[in-house]
Amino acid sequence: MGSQGGFYQSKEFLDLVKSIGEARSKAEEDRIVLNEIETLKRRISEPDIPKRKMKEYIIRLVYIEMLGHDASFGYIHAVKMTHDDSLLVKRTGYLAVTLFLNEDHDLIILIVNTIQKDLKSDNYLVVCAALNAVCKLINEETIPAVLPQAMELLAHPKEAVRKKAIMALHRFYQKSPSSVSHLVSNFRKRLCDNDPGVMGATLCPLFELIARDVNSYKDLVISFVSILKQVAERRLSKAYDYHQMPAPFIQIKLLKILALLGSGDKQASENMYTVVGDIFRKCDSSSNIGNAVLYECICCVSSIYPNPKLLESAADVISRFLKSDSHNLKYMGIDALGRLIKISPEIAEQHQLAVIDCLEDPDDTLKRKTFELLYKMTKSTNVEVIVDRMIDYMISINDNHYKTEIASRCVELAEQFAPSNQWFIQTMNRVFEHAGDLVNIKVAHNLMRLIAEGFGEDDDNADTKLRSSAVESYLRILGEPKLPSVFLQVICWVLGEYGTADGMFSASDITGKLCDVAEAYSNDETVKAYATTALMKIYAFEIAARRKVDMLPECQSLMEELLASHSTDLQQRAYELQAVIGLDAHAVACIMPSDASCEDIEVDRDLSFLNDYIQEAIEKGAQPYIPESERSGMLNISNFRNQDHHEASSHGLRFEAYELPKPAVQSRIPQTLIASTEIVPVPEPMYPRESYQTTMPSIPSDAGSAELKLRLEGVQKKWGRSTYTPATSTSNSTSQKTVNGTSQGDGASTVSSMRETYDSRKPQVEVSHEKQKLAASLFGGSSKTEKSPATGHKAAKASSHVVEKSHVPKSSLEVASEKATPAQQPPDLLDLGEPTATSTALQLDPFKQLEGLLDATEVASAVNGAPAASRSPDIMALYADTAAGIHNKNDADLLSGLSNPSVTNMPGTTAMPQVTQSSSKGPNPKDSLEKDALVRQMGVNPSSQNPNLFKDLLG
Amino acid sequence: MGIRFILMVNKQGQTRLAQYYEWLTLEERRALEGEIVRKCLARNEQQCSFVEHRNYKIVYRRYASLFFLVGVDNDENELAILEFIHLLVETMDRHFGNVCELDIMFHLEKAHFMLEEMVMNGSIVETSKANILSPIQLMDKAS
Repeated sequence: MGSQGGFYQSKEFLDLVKSIGEARSKAEEDRIVLNEIETLKRRISEPDIPKRKMKEYIIRLVYIEMLGHDASFGYIHAVKMTHDDSLLVKRTGYLAVTLFLNEDHDLIILIVNTIQKDLKSDNYLVVCAALNAVCKLINEETIPAVLPQAMELLAHPKEAVRKKAIMALHRFYQKSPSSVSHLVSNFRKRLCDNDPGVMGATLCPLFELIARDVNSYKDLVISFVSILKQVAERRLSKAYDYHQMPAPFIQIKLLKILALLGSGDKQASENMYTVVGDIFRKCDSSSNIGNAVLYECICCVSSIYPNPKLLESAADVISRFLKSDSHNLKYMGIDALGRLIKISPEIAEQHQLAVIDCLEDPDDTLKRKTFELLYKMTKSTNVEVIVDRMIDYMISINDNHYKTEIASRCVELAEQFAPSNQWFIQTMNRVFEHAGDLVNIKVAHNLMRLIAEGFGEDDDNADTKLRSSAVESYLRILGEPKLPSVFLQVICWVLGEYGTADGMFSASDITGKLCDVAEAYSNDETVKAYATTALMKIYAFEIAARRKVDMLPECQSLMEELLASHSTDLQQRAYELQAVIGLDAHAVACIMPSDASCEDIEVDRDLSFLNDYIQEAIEKGAQPYIPESERSGMLNISNFRNQDHHEASSHGLRFEAYELPKPAVQSRIPQTLIASTEIVPVPEPMYPRESYQTTMPSIPSDAGSAELKLRLEGVQKKWGRSTYTPATSTSNSTSQKTVNGTSQGDGASTVSSMRETYDSRKPQVEVSHEKQKLAASLFGGSSKTEKSPATGHKAAKASSHVVEKSHVPKSSLEVASEKATPAQQPPDLLDLGEPTATSTALQLDPFKQLEGLLDATEVASAVNGAPAASRSPDIMALYADTAAGIHNKNDADLLSGLSNPSVTNMPGTTAMPQVTQSSSKGPNPKDSLEKDALVRQMGVNPSSQNPNLFKDLLG
Repeated sequence: MGIRFILMVNKQGQTRLAQYYEWLTLEERRALEGEIVRKCLARNEQQCSFVEHRNYKIVYRRYASLFFLVGVDNDENELAILEFIHLLVETMDRHFGNVCELDIMFHLEKAHFMLEEMVMNGSIVETSKANILSPIQLMDKAS
């Protein structure tokens, strides 16, 4: 049937398709398409092109655009084709137009008229075609042109038209809710349509409406529940069944709607419990689609007012998903778990090992999903392990989009749950080091503030230690190549403020490093500015401490360079530095007080300290100052001022005083405020203490009590100060060591070690022990009693896993598929009838050998046989896998596809059953034969370059 | 919105059908298809049939040489989309009889017509094969 169309297609078209199909590279394909563009440009504007020819040209245009080239030269012809009387030609025209044009294209206006006419057609298929176009091409301005007709069609006798009219209204609503606000009641009406197709379509707009305004639709709960009940009880036509499930896509949509309506509404939810419970029971858990519905049930259950029984059913399904071998089901299980733990957090614990398996799985998708789950279940007891893992993963990936996301999540979790400031700083260091350019600059400011303000308690000693350990870590990190700019800014600032504060490092150490930074990142003016100001601070502190200042030669050359810099900012900083160095100790101490970044700066807005000076000047005959308000006579200035006022004072000179500092506005370069306190008395925004305390709730320093610190050893080493946590370091060291020894390896390549553990996991008991530890730290290892059964479970699972994986399914599958291959594999396209069968046999083309088309006996050469053997199970396995490991049932299902399963199960089936099988598959074997004959006639044959073109998709 | 695009791409990465439910320019489409196809082709058969890409989630399924890729929003039921792909293939199979890549290439417009019946405004509106195919069969008869 489908092939019939082929007889109308010209040799030219078939050749084009053939050459595209056989193109081996993108370059070759591009050549073909460019050539085609030239041909079409010539042909398409010839006069009197027959309709069919034109339709073919338009489809060729579609090909051109689909393959990434511009076909705009032909758009107008597609538009013209929508006027055609022939339905097929018209619909092809509409199709092409919807593919080519967006709703704001100039040509749309030419189509609106045609659409209007077609919406009135007696032929309902024409009306449908026009409604399809409406859904793609009508924008806010053209809605009124078609709205009245579309509304009339809601009552059309044909259900197909009503369905599309509803979707047109849906589209109008999406484009411009206000233009159809008076018509939304139509959606409610169509929900009760006699035709299930119309009802099913109506659920789409209703879902959107309800998502926007739940409360207006609470009255429909009963209707939705009753529809869902009827669907689940198979009251709909069999035509909607899919893999023995009654209308699963409608069920899913309904469950989504119920989830919205029942959210936080006990009364509405109570109406739903029975039907959702029924679906839980009835759902075929051995098919993919059954599991899809079950997953939606879980989403619904975790959204509506909780019901213990349903939660239990949901938990059962989740545990089945997580235990499945199918990655798809595991993925759904992890997602579902993330939803359910919001209501019943305790269920996470029983799945801890499964979750960790997913976390360590090499499959990136699964891993990310698991990180999402961990993100949702982070608390102060497991934050260290989780954030640590997240950062390890963040380092391992290249995808900037996801890197940004995971970095911001790390920061968020660290800010929210940090057990200690030291841990926070260390974590931030890692985030900055590896994703510094991706994180928000505010995060950097927060970090600087934290270091400056310390614990927020009166423990100066601890603060000092915190700072010196930060300095020490930064000095070490500076050795790394290519640090992100934001991180360097933090480092320079901290080194400037606290580099020499504890006397561990001399001024020349620090200034040397700072000069290195300025030199190594000489393209980054911001970093240079930070470095320069940091240098100034170091020298100022030296002078204030009355030590002799020897400027390093590299520092001197840096200053010379900056004094002549094109950047006025850098120049100013350099001059300021020069000026500061020339001052005496007392003056410097006033300008640059040490560790004063948190001090409030008093601003004398009246500049009263200048009074004496002014008085003196006036006495000498100077003009007194006239306040702006009294300066009406000075036209140009007042004009300027007014204008300035209107323009929100963002441009030009400002004549009024600066506003008082606002906490939210953070200055780009905070240290300027210290630098410039006396020189330019302009108030700069300060970091207020209050906001710090809200973002970083002062957590009681439970550094000692954190028994689950997986990476604590790394922390200690990195920060080097055993004195910092004197009480805990000894008590923790033993447990830390074991944890570290088993799980972390050397810590340098955590990702690869993760992989290793994954690979070697099954046979090794210690590894599962390690995993258990991880589990304990993630899920709050309160349950020591749980541990031993968990190991048992784990071991059992692991071993069974091994057996299963290596032998049972694979081999059986292989056997099955190998046996099935002769019967199943051949694209019956080719081998349907006797004549073609003989011809193909004679040809003995390489493609057939590759695809395992020949009988097992005929595949004589081992070379050809091998790929055939390896390939066929490959395809079968794929199918089996995507079918979510529902082996028994689905195997039969998928192998047979649409045909009878008995054929596939018989190993030695010969050519005869093949014919019967294919005849049962396709609607008409004759068609397939014709199709085959046609393509052969056109010169496309399986021996040519792309044999895959012939491969039966459902094979 | 739900479904944002549907792609059919063969394992050489050549596009065989592309339908977008939100407007992207030619360049954006080309870039997106390149990135997605590279990502999906690199995955093995044991791995999930789902891939995250920028703000999309791609649900994909392979049939012989042809990959079917559906880009969806974040709150879509991936497993259901996976089965939607299979429904599409079954529907094409019913129409073409042992559908293969070449059928879609020769009858690109018909494959599109089927999609037009199944998906509107990015939502699945029809799942009955009879309803999907009847307008196409009627058109065939008429012409």
